[in-house]
Order: sequence, then C-alpha cells, then structure tokens
Amino acid sequence: MDRFVFLTFDGLSKGAVLAAFALALVLIWRAARIVNFAQGAMAVAAAYAGYSVTTATGSYWLGFAAALLGGLLIGVVVERAVMRFVDHASPLSEVIVALGLVLVLQAVLGMVYGNEFLPAGTPFSRTALSVGDVPLLSRYDLFVFGAVLLVLVGLALLFTRTSVGLRMRASAFAPEVSRLLGVNVGGMLTLGWALASAVGALAALLVIPTELGLHPHAMDLVFVSAFTAAVVGGLDSPPGAVVGGLTVGLILSYVSGYLGSDVTPMAVLVLLLAVLLVRPGGLFSSTVARQA
Amino acid sequence: MSEQTVTPAAPATAPAPRRALALPGFLSRSTLLRHLLLTVLAGVVLYLLTQQLDPFRNFQLATVAAYLCATAGLTLLVGMNGQLSLGHGALMAVGAYTVALTQNALADRGITGNQVLPLSLALGVLVTMAAGAVIGLAAARLRGPYLAGVTLAVAIAVPAATVTFDEVFNSEQGLSVAVEPPPLSLGRYFPNERWQAWVALCGALLTMLLLANLVRSRVGRNLRAVRDDEVAARLSGIHVARTQVLAFVVSAASAGLGGGLMALLAQSVSPGAFSLTLSLFLLMAVVIGGLGSLSGAVWGAILLVALPDLTHDSTLLVSLSPAAAQRLEGNLPLAVFGLTLIVVMIAAPGGVQGLLRRIGARARRRVPAR
Repeated sequence: MDRFVFLTFDGLSKGAVLAAFALALVLIWRAARIVNFAQGAMAVAAAYAGYSVTTATGSYWLGFAAALLGGLLIGVVVERAVMRFVDHASPLSEVIVALGLVLVLQAVLGMVYGNEFLPAGTPFSRTALSVGDVPLLSRYDLFVFGAVLLVLVGLALLFTRTSVGLRMRASAFAPEVSRLLGVNVGGMLTLGWALASAVGALAALLVIPTELGLHPHAMDLVFVSAFTAAVVGGLDSPPGAVVGGLTVGLILSYVSGYLGSDVTPMAVLVLLLAVLLVRPGGLFSSTVARQA
Repeated sequence: MSEQTVTPAAPATAPAPRRALALPGFLSRSTLLRHLLLTVLAGVVLYLLTQQLDPFRNFQLATVAAYLCATAGLTLLVGMNGQLSLGHGALMAVGAYTVALTQNALADRGITGNQVLPLSLALGVLVTMAAGAVIGLAAARLRGPYLAGVTLAVAIAVPAATVTFDEVFNSEQGLSVAVEPPPLSLGRYFPNERWQAWVALCGALLTMLLLANLVRSRVGRNLRAVRDDEVAARLSGIHVARTQVLAFVVSAASAGLGGGLMALLAQSVSPGAFSLTLSLFLLMAVVIGGLGSLSGAVWGAILLVALPDLTHDSTLLVSLSPAAAQRLEGNLPLAVFGLTLIVVMIAAPGGVQGLLRRIGARARRRVPAR
C-alpha cells in the first residue's frame, strides 16, 4: 500500500511536468495547426543554456531565468527563421522540417557540451517528506506542482483576460478577419511559439533533474509521453492537456514501479495506440466532422 | 524507373514529351521487360564495379545496398502513399533481429552454409511484414501528425523492448550473428567484403525491381490516388484503408530486408544501431533524395553512407584537440543532415531527383525538337 501511495504521488509529480509539456504542444497546435516535433530538442537547448548560466554564476535561479528566457528566444527564432517559410500545403512538410530541427539542435548541443549526461541540480531536496510512516512528497515535488500551477493560471489569465490573449485567439481562429481588424497575426504567431517554447523549457528544467541528467536526447521519451498526454486530452484543449498529462504520468509511474522502468516506452506506445484507435479526438474533443 | 509520379514541387509547365530515348517497341510496351533489362544492366555494372573496388569501398557499397532497401520502401510509403513513418529504423531492427536469431538458431543445430541466407532473410522479411501490418492497421486510421507520433513511439519502444526481453535479445550488448565466409567455390582468398557486397546488392536490386514494377502497376496508381485525394480515390472505387495497409506492409518488407542485410554485414545486432536517429536518417535520406521517385531513394542511400565519410574527412583538415574532434565527429554529420533537410524542404521539396529532372527538362527545352 505504501508503495502504491508513493507511486501515485510520484506519478502526479511526473504528470504535472508532462501536463506542462503537453500544454506547450497544445499552444502551438492551436496557434499554427502544427504539432511541434522539435519541442523536446528546443526545450533541451534552453535547459543547456540554463545549465551554462548556473555553472558560471553558481545560482540555480539565475540559470532558471536564463533557461526560460532562452526558451522564449528559441521559440521566436524557430518561428521567424524556419517555420514561417514552410509550405503548409502538406502536413508532412512541417513534421519533416521539425525533425530536421531536432537533428540540428541535438547535434549542436552534442558538439558544444558533449554527448555525456551532465548532472542537473535541484533547488530543493528530493528526499520525500513523510506523513506518519508513509513517504509522500519531496520539497522538489511541491516546487514542481507550484511552478506548473503558476504557469497554468498565468496562461489561463493571459488568454481569457487580456487583450493580447484575445488577439492571439482571434488570429488563430480567423487569421484573415483578424488581419482586416488590425491584429498583427504574424506577431501573434511568433508570440505563441515563444510562449510554448518557454513552457516547454520550464517542463524540461523540472523533469531533467528527476531523470538521468542533461543530455541532448534527454527529452525524447518525455516528448513522446507528452504527445500521448496531449492526444489523450485532445490536441485542441488546454484543460485536456493537463488532465491527459496527469493521467499519463500516473499510468507511467505505476508501470515503471511495478513492471520496471524499461517497459515505459512500450507502455507509452500501447497507451497512445489505444487512445488513438478508441477515441482519436481525445477524451475532451467536441464532435467534429470526420476528415476523409 | 525514370517515369514516376509528379512530385509536389514539379514545375507547372506543359507536360514535356516523355519519349526522350527512342526505345524499341516491345520495351516501351512492357514495363516488366524494361525494368528487367535495367536491373540486369545495373547488375552487370555493379558486378564489374565490385571487381575493381578495394574491400573498404566494397563494404560501403554493401551498406548503400542495405540502406537502399529501406529507403526505397520508405519512398513508396511517404512519397507515393503520403503516410509518414518515423519508425522505419525500428522495422529494420525487427528484420535484423529476426535474421540474427534465425542464423544463430540454425548454426546451433549445425545447419550452416551460405544457402541458408535466403531462408533467414525471407524469414526476416516475413516477420517485419507482420509487424508492418500491425502498425499499418493502426496507421490507416490516423493522419498527419498523429501517425507521425505513433511511429515515433514505435521507434522509441522497439529498442527498449530489447532490454525488457533481454534473455532473447541480450539487451544493450545485442547479439552476434553467425555468418559463413564466402563459398569456397569462389576461391580461397576471395575477399569477404566483395561477397557481402554481392549479397546486399542482390537484395537491393530485387527490391528495386519489385518496387518499380509495383509503382507502375494498378496498385501503384491506387497508392498515388490515395495520397493525392482520399475522397476522390474512394469515389473511384479504391479501398483506401486497404491500400494504406498494403503500402505499409510492402514498405515494412523492404525495411526488414534492409535490416536483415545490415545484420549480415555488421555480423552483429544491437539496439544502439537502430535508434530513433536511424529512423530520422532514413526519412531525411528519402526527402533529400527526392520523395517523388524510387531513384530518389538511391541518392538517399548513397548520401547516408557518403555524408558521414565526407564530414569525417573534412574534420581531419582542421586541426583540433582530440576531445573537440571526437565531439565533432559524431555530431557534425547530424547537423549537416538536419540543415540539409530543412533547406531541401523549404527550397527544393523535390530533392536531388527533382532538381535533376528540372535541369533535364530545361536542357530538353533548349534543344529544339527535330
């Protein structure tokens, strides 16, 4: 029973990170109708930037800020320099270009930092605090929950309560009309990418210390899990991404706890296939016309 | 093999007269005969080539041939049928592990000799086809990014499976493959690499022949019809899902053969050789080679072998510290591949083959028709 409780809380903590990462995917999907397959590599690049600052200054929080800022910048650069020029006629082009970006980013990171695992520090202790005799949550888990919650609330406020958020939603929903009404649609698209990339960077910062460490490929499996989470929730729905993230986090935690961690990739595959075959639009999808 | 589909980026000019070479009547009428003749010609040229090359180049040629099986299959799937697969590296792994296990099992029972090679390769193809059918059944219901996501999960899950079932697959270390030396009838000092090149080239030529015929047949037209417009294809009486599963199975079979040949060439299999990076490499090779035609797959396969070699040579030109050189060596090809992929996608979606065809078309227009 203790083990079950521990795995549940561990899964929720993992799930919170997956939720943040899935949210980043959903943000770009809603803004540009692109599943950003380069999200993982972009997030790792930002995390490396944070690592450099942390090792140079000795302060975790400066590195944290640098990584978030780096995430924003990477999002802007990727959108302005690459994605803007991709032909949107075929859905394959965007995926293929994003994969090219993955290769470039991972190769450059490997050249600069080497292909070894670098240790990533945490600002808080990762030893679990016990309630009674049952170890529940570490301070770091609480920090993860807090950070993800802050991002969720911040994004919700941004999209529903501010003029920028309204403009972003408008330009995603009806680009032509928005342009006629004086909305800078291109700018909003860039902003969407920047925000998503920063949220992805945050997720990478939160998850990497709990795994093996910093590595150019550190986010590969996380990306697939987060993609699964986004699909579980329906790619269109931010609340869906959060619920999907927590669900996938819990399932993966149980699988790796009871069956061994090397089964996790297969569990992700099975879960993804199951969701896509049973309910392709995700659990939170509204009914849409069938496409072909 | 030159007469293929119109690539997405094909110039929107009037269709140029296709009969550039005056073929004898029976050749232009029979696709099979034409392709057979081309295959035999290619076989003769390659046979002469293997006699001239040194062992290292022969081994590279064999590797190109093994990659060609996989890239040709992927071209069929992505270019002709419009289904994206990021999991072909994993399918190659299925073929490779099947061949490795079969070869070792036969060797354990004392059945050795080169005549079992076709058997184990065929078994590798069959098992990979079964795996392809399973993925294809799911893939037929999925579109665009969803399909990409599932096949990405496949690419990550299959190498991990070798760790989970480590008593069969021996986890990260992988298996060594029992391979016989070249038959004694070829002479005692016959170079092993030349023999490997022959085996791999036979597989590649067979794959290209079969795929080229398939592409030019009714099935091939169905594949392209489904790619261009699913609704229109369905209206014309094409079973869309069945066509897509078929494309996946055929493509998987080629990848399985490629993987099996890889296992024979390397004489070992390990999950590290079939990582996600390999899947991305294959996709990138077919995109850069040109998605529109099988000839693009040839360019792609050559590129996969040549580019790491070229970047290796170019890093030798600059003097670097050993540590920096080591970092560069593994990663520079990746960076070059990735950059080329992005540039090709944005600037020349037809790839190398599309570029060649455009140059050819322009040259033909310059020369006034007599």
